[in-house]
Amino acid sequence: MSKFNLHNQYKAIVIGGSAGSFQVINKILNGLPSDFDLPVIMCLHRLKHVRHGFVEALNIKSSITIEEPSDKDGIKKGKIYLAPSNYHLCIELGNAFSLSTEEMVNNSRPSIDITLETASYVYKNKLIGILLSGANRDGALGMKRIKDRGGLTIVQDPSECMIDTMPAAAMKVTHIDHVLSAQQILELLLELHKKIKI
Amino acid sequence: MNEVEIADLRRLTEVIREKYNYDFSNYAMSSFRRRIQRVLELYKFSSVDALLKRLQDEPRFVKEFVSEVTVNVTEMFRDPSFWRELRDHVLPNILLNTQSISIWHAGCSSGEEVFSMAILLREMGILNKCKIIATDLDADIIQRAKSGVYPLKNMELNQKNYVRFQGQASLDKYYREEQGKVLMDKSLIEHVSFREHNLVSGAAFSKFDLVLCRNVMIYFNQTLQNNVLKLFHESLFKYGYLVVGSKESLIWCEIANKFIVVNNEEKIYKKVKD
Ligand SMILES: C[S@@+](CC[C@H](N)C(=O)[O-])C[C@H]1O[C@@H](n2cnc3c(N)ncnc32)[C@H](O)[C@@H]1O
Repeated sequence: MSKFNLHNQYKAIVIGGSAGSFQVINKILNGLPSDFDLPVIMCLHRLKHVRHGFVEALNIKSSITIEEPSDKDGIKKGKIYLAPSNYHLCIELGNAFSLSTEEMVNNSRPSIDITLETASYVYKNKLIGILLSGANRDGALGMKRIKDRGGLTIVQDPSECMIDTMPAAAMKVTHIDHVLSAQQILELLLELHKKIKI
Repeated sequence: MNEVEIADLRRLTEVIREKYNYDFSNYAMSSFRRRIQRVLELYKFSSVDALLKRLQDEPRFVKEFVSEVTVNVTEMFRDPSFWRELRDHVLPNILLNTQSISIWHAGCSSGEEVFSMAILLREMGILNKCKIIATDLDADIIQRAKSGVYPLKNMELNQKNYVRFQGQASLDKYYREEQGKVLMDKSLIEHVSFREHNLVSGAAFSKFDLVLCRNVMIYFNQTLQNNVLKLFHESLFKYGYLVVGSKESLIWCEIANKFIVVNNEEKIYKKVKD
């Protein structure tokens, strides 16, 4: 059974959202098997001065360890990463992260646009971008870059979002391949997991 | 929009290196590429070639270019818990062995970090005993640091950081407001020496008890990080301290075995071997 018609060449998944997407993120991450084979890179809007707590909270139920990368840390398969507070998280050549303190983008640091854009530059059409609910337009342009470079674009169904500005903005600026509920996003990732394992 | 490719970055860094002796070839690709993209948009260059031409034709433009590609964003008392650690543990420790502390701020940007240090030292009553050198490769930003003038709107964040740092007074004791700006108390930096210094090519120029280089090496690749860390090792007295940004780490680098971790959370290291 293949609902989403995915290929098995993907190298990474990037997820954008806000602190308000915490429940949804939890649902998705907790549903992933511990041997999930792609790196998942998350950029979520969060308080700038609170360095601790977020990643710990996400880790409580997830079977895959979630960590905040340090500068130039390698990106490994089967790991989940979260952009640290007050830094932009960029994807560097050679499968590594790079951090930046540059100006806020869309009033945000970390900015989802930056993570998505730098990821799409490195992974090109081998990237899946997922944008969840949130209150500003950050992430929309990043999704456009992913689409322009041949990647797969997914947003959370606006009707399911508490605040739908983020996915709605992305749907305005680019083609979105799948508009899905949180449950369907998880199903897609599980289908992908099976594809890759074969 | 014109897409900046890696080949473009190579051509650019080559010209700037050959002609102006600034070497960006070991900067981290992801952020450097974004900075170049930003310069193209800011100056409305139609292409990387147009930027290259301006750089070649107009030597004066290179300083401005350097200012724009480097990231100068900074805060006073950024990571307040680090500044508490510095006040409560690191400096008292250094004072056990020496009467006059020498400090190097490498990549000081517009000086917020230097003013934070000076305020902390004054509150400890040891500012006069300290020799501070603050360097950056961006000449413009050094001028701004020396002037001690900041936009009023930045002060809300700086104040919050200072409160979390648990300073003795209130931050506004150290500045006055004038027409939407704040003028820092210049006596704080009376004895600070500001200099232009490029970490890429710059040699060691002195020895220090404490070196701060926070949120600077994140813009470098690991080759350059390694070189710069060697420079810091050389520039520290034995048992001197090195501090990097809260999301940087020394444990992977070539000379890691010459340092011990004093505080992993605040990224404080101590040189234990020459
Ligand atoms: C983000 S600021 C860091 C300011 C401060 N240390 C902090 O943590 O808030 C980075 C600074 O590093 C400087 N920088 C970049 N490359 C440099 C180099 N090769 N040598 C010296 N300084 C450099 C930039 O000009 C900029 O002012």
